[in-house]
Amino acid sequence: MDFELPAQFAQFGDARKNGFLRVKKIKENGGRVAGTFCTFTPQEILDAAGVSPVSLCGMSEETIPAAEAHLPKNMCPLIKSSYGFAVSDKCPYTYFSDIIVGETTCDGKKKMYELLGKMKDVYLLHLPQGDREHALEQWTGEVQRFREFLEQRFGEEISDEAIREAARLRNKERAARRRLMELQKAQPPMSSGYAIYKALEGAGFYFDVKEVCRELTRLADQLEADYAAGQRPVSEKAKRILITGCPIGGVLEKTVKAIEAAGGAVVCFENCSGIKATIDEVDADAPDIIAAVAEKYLKIGCAVMTPDIRRMDLLRRLVSEYRADGAVEIDLQACTTYSVESYTVRKLMEELGVPYMAIETDYSVSDSGQLATRLEAFLEML
Amino acid sequence: MRAIGIDIGSSCAKTAVTDGQGNVLWLDQMPTGWSSVEAAEEIRKRLAAAGFDPGHDPCVATGYGRVVVPFAQKAVTEISCHAKGAQKLFGLADLDIIDIGGQDTKVISVRGGSVRDFLMNDKCSAGTGRFLEVMANTLRTDSASLIAMAAEGSNTSISSMCTVFAESEVISLIGKGESRENIAFAVVTSIAKKIASQASRLCADGVQTVLTGGLCEADQLRKALSLELGRDIISCENARYAGAIGAALFAEKL
Repeated sequence: MDFELPAQFAQFGDARKNGFLRVKKIKENGGRVAGTFCTFTPQEILDAAGVSPVSLCGMSEETIPAAEAHLPKNMCPLIKSSYGFAVSDKCPYTYFSDIIVGETTCDGKKKMYELLGKMKDVYLLHLPQGDREHALEQWTGEVQRFREFLEQRFGEEISDEAIREAARLRNKERAARRRLMELQKAQPPMSSGYAIYKALEGAGFYFDVKEVCRELTRLADQLEADYAAGQRPVSEKAKRILITGCPIGGVLEKTVKAIEAAGGAVVCFENCSGIKATIDEVDADAPDIIAAVAEKYLKIGCAVMTPDIRRMDLLRRLVSEYRADGAVEIDLQACTTYSVESYTVRKLMEELGVPYMAIETDYSVSDSGQLATRLEAFLEML
Repeated sequence: MRAIGIDIGSSCAKTAVTDGQGNVLWLDQMPTGWSSVEAAEEIRKRLAAAGFDPGHDPCVATGYGRVVVPFAQKAVTEISCHAKGAQKLFGLADLDIIDIGGQDTKVISVRGGSVRDFLMNDKCSAGTGRFLEVMANTLRTDSASLIAMAAEGSNTSISSMCTVFAESEVISLIGKGESRENIAFAVVTSIAKKIASQASRLCADGVQTVLTGGLCEADQLRKALSLELGRDIISCENARYAGAIGAALFAEKL
């Protein structure tokens, strides 16, 4: 599927494919790797400890049967797939990870980490899930505890300055990711949403943050130049769609691609790998750098938070900034937090006058036909 | 000018021809069979035999086989086509449509002549024509007779929405010696409950709810559905052609 990306995007497809070789090289050179699952993972702490983070989010149906030997069938496909990769040793990143970092986000993940901990070295950060006054203090304590764990685990002190330096670099990466996504604000947008998503995803497999910044910036420059030269890869008539909901890496073909095949244009991804993780930066010069890192991550508007006001505020903002004609929520099967919250999102979209559709799906292809019809009908309705 | 609309559903293929002014001239239906490609070819022959020219007249295809009609200039989803056709059939610009199809059931809410929202069952066949077909098979009858039989039954229920489990329930009712009428009653009540729970999310007060699709003439089902939904549901003779008529109306605009 990466082969179908427009030429300018080819390097990101390659990054995904060559990620395995890169991680192998890191290990051969005595480097350290941490497998992560979630945008709540404070990457700056890992960077400062000289540990390369890599996402272990399972996106394939292939390993689900292996996972179902331990996990219930009626469960989030992302959790099952991720766990399946670990049990069956099919994921090179899981295999090469010195440690796996998880957070107490949803119930499914939380309990999966317990089982994963029997096979791998799992460190769990306890994420506060709401707006209590002491939430930031508690989370700061968790981030500090994580730092101490890494210091002990690898026998090296992690200096404040190293964390500040990491924060400056990660801020640059977040800005580069944002810039690429913001190209879609143009009418018509500068690229298919599918290709943008693939680039953001591929960028996670460079392991060198400076290189990620460089490549993302180069791509954005190129797309801007092509657009200025009159190239219009997306039709002016295409309805502008905002995507929200669960992580969608495993269902991209039957959702995002189906929307664009039916003549829509995905202009904004509010999801984990999209905007929500990049809108806030770490204040690298704050007096307490650990608290500054904690503050950035605690601001992520995820459905595990109660109440999840930040997600609603962000959606409100994105709908107008990206001039969305419609919003599609993609929820993974059995994701309680997102599927319950979809009612709140529906009400918000009604208030904003933006047509909204929620779909629930898993990693199988059995519902592709029906999903395509529903998405196509949604576009016809706009 | 003539305009042609073709609705290839999972079990039945429907064709409508209009005069280009929104008036229906000809309606036709046939089983889809195992291949929608062959169904499309058969439709072409039947159109030609009735004196219409599918190579020349504008044509829109809809339904699950909409992409395999080589002589259609455009494919439009069944949601948009049913909405268009039902508005024409019932003469209403505001209406809520329940369409029971062979493999999916749709609820479409139309306001001011446009689709405002819709729901479709997901990959499961609960609450679809297929569910009734399987149950009818088990009772050695067909869907229409099963629904008619339900009028004579009472006081029996099946609890499972899943087609496979519901079939086992029906088999165990047969084993217990329950009458066919009572079992038919249980099946029809069960499907009506399932569809009503889906429809209640969209159907609104003060708006007429209508029934389209292959089971539109099954009065007993319509009554059971009205009862479960707590709304008066109407239908009409040609409501099974709503999708094809809607497609023909879209073809008029090509």
